[in-house]
Amino acid sequence: MVKRQLISIAALAGAPFLQPAWADEDAARGVPLQPKYQQECGACHAAYPPNMLPAVSWRRIMINLNQHFGTDATVDAAAAKEISTWLNANAEVGKRAREAPPEDRITLAPWFKREHDEVPAATWKLPVVKSAANCAACHTKADQGDYSERNIRIPR
Amino acid sequence: MNLTTLTRTARIAVLLTATAAGSVTRAGTPAELLAGYAAQGTEAPSPKAGQQFFNNRHGREWSCASCHGAVPTQTGKHASTGKPIDPLAPAFSVERFTDAAKAEKWFRRNCNDVLGRTCSQAEKADVLSWLLTLKPGM
Repeated sequence: MVKRQLISIAALAGAPFLQPAWADEDAARGVPLQPKYQQECGACHAAYPPNMLPAVSWRRIMINLNQHFGTDATVDAAAAKEISTWLNANAEVGKRAREAPPEDRITLAPWFKREHDEVPAATWKLPVVKSAANCAACHTKADQGDYSERNIRIPR
Repeated sequence: MNLTTLTRTARIAVLLTATAAGSVTRAGTPAELLAGYAAQGTEAPSPKAGQQFFNNRHGREWSCASCHGAVPTQTGKHASTGKPIDPLAPAFSVERFTDAAKAEKWFRRNCNDVLGRTCSQAEKADVLSWLLTLKPGM
């Protein structure tokens, strides 16, 4: 927590050298989420911002929805096309996109691990957290695609 | 207008009518959806069978209850992601089973996860008939 506060103060003071890789508040607030994407994908998990994966990962995910991390997440053809187009247009293109994470899992991306390295192991195990995929447990505006520092509340 | 054109026009008219009817049946009540499922079965829907079906595992890791809770009158929790799921029983969540296409989509996905196959109309009717018995203050 102390580190988080320090980072916030540093950000306010305009000290970019102290910020983590994705502490840019504008970037962390993300693009507006496509309603169809929110409806179809956000029902079972946070509607992860499209820039959390490179286009190649999204493509693989969208063609394998019948076996989507152990569940059937199929959508109709029209929805699949609409969502795929939007994901492709908004996928990560920066340095995070150089390598698709293992299994196309956001939580296995090096940047994800780096950004969360200060979260205690016990916090991840809390029943209200349950899974690293449960973004909204700490990112209170995850449903809107907002992962900015100011909207983080880590449960105890 | 020759006969071929006429036939084509008629075919389009039938298609359009079917589409319009389809969109009309989209909005409905849980009771109407239940009647639709039951109409295709041979026996009356059984709430008791529905409750068992909902809570039993069917050869796989999850039952319906794994995510929705044993008595789905409260917020459920996705078994792998932990995301909250609105109560499934219509008396506790007004939008449940009011859109036939949406209900079909979820039966398709979730029956595949729980049973590895589609659910029969009779199974859907049993489950929905049980869900409709769940009321506040029970």
